[in-house]
Amino acid sequence: MKYLLDAWLVIVLGIFFGGTLAFVHTTLDARIKKNQLDETLSQIPSLVPGACRGEKVEVPGLTVFKGLREDGATSGWVIQARGQGFADTIQVLIGVDAKADAITGLYVLEQKETPGLGDNITKETWREQFKGKGTAEPLSAVVAAPSGHQVKAVTGATISSVSVCGIVNAAVAKFRERLAELEKR
Amino acid sequence: MADSQPTAAERFVNGILPENPIFRQILGTCPTLAVTNGVKAALTMAGAVAFVLVCSNLLVSLIRPLLKPHLRILVFTLTIAAFVTIADRLLAAYMYDMSKQLGPYIPLIIVNCIIIARCEICASKQGPLPALGDALGQSLGFLLALTAMASVREILGAGTWLGLTVLATKENGGWFDPWSIMLLPPGAFLVFGLLMGAVNWYSARASKPVGPA
Repeated sequence: MKYLLDAWLVIVLGIFFGGTLAFVHTTLDARIKKNQLDETLSQIPSLVPGACRGEKVEVPGLTVFKGLREDGATSGWVIQARGQGFADTIQVLIGVDAKADAITGLYVLEQKETPGLGDNITKETWREQFKGKGTAEPLSAVVAAPSGHQVKAVTGATISSVSVCGIVNAAVAKFRERLAELEKR
Repeated sequence: MADSQPTAAERFVNGILPENPIFRQILGTCPTLAVTNGVKAALTMAGAVAFVLVCSNLLVSLIRPLLKPHLRILVFTLTIAAFVTIADRLLAAYMYDMSKQLGPYIPLIIVNCIIIARCEICASKQGPLPALGDALGQSLGFLLALTAMASVREILGAGTWLGLTVLATKENGGWFDPWSIMLLPPGAFLVFGLLMGAVNWYSARASKPVGPA
């Protein structure tokens, strides 16, 4: 009981701060979510050729955006996917064509890879390699000159490169399974 | 007690160099090493720390008659954690890019020893005015130290300062080959050591010590 009396300040402060943080959260949460969505939507035209805007579509187990042409036709899809990288979770956006037969673009949404080495996965010169790769076979990252279903790994960041390929492969495979029912809608 | 404690102005001045949190107290070295590969990140970190330090120092100073000795650290940590969470959410809402870049280092301000040390040394013993002076002085000292580190690392590692080109890199048709080690952890340790040496050398010259330094 004495402990409880001693600790009254901690309890009062705990309640006070809890209330303050709840207020901050309710005030700012919508804005934070909007920032994340804005970034995703702003990338869609660069990930899907011909798309001028994006629209979120409900797919169980996946976060998918539909890339729309000006006339409203589907020009491709953007899949948001995440997976373990070298340091922390890597979150990427993968653009695929309307039939999900080929990758049309890759963007790294969130990463905490090693500065100067692993974070080169965000550079356009590296990401461009993914453009035009077929999705029938899984991609792999190699150190030597890449061919076919291979991309050149970032120097000094093999794990980050392999992780990105793994995330892309898993997400694309999952999306291809769902595509048939999406087209029916 | 009040007689022996420094005034608000003294607290403020002490934080800048005589008791600089980084180069003198060697506290808060985690953000000093981790987020100083760019000036913009360093400024954001310093701003977040300043916000948390000022708020925590003021609040702890105001509730100091209520503090129980064995529960004070708990109260400090609770206070700091609350303000850090507010700073983190504010950054995510209004400076989304910076928040993404700093990643886990903003929540890690909770365990930044500069803040808990100021609560213990100053705010829990003095009134709000000296506590405010102390918080501002220490924040300024932290800002200067972080900016110094980040300036050296960004200029040598990327040829830019706050994103502006200082040395034209080969990639952009210039002559400068960036020292990428400066952007990596070893560069942080090298710059930290050299700058600390420079600060010590300067103050040793500025105030000829009577006894052993």
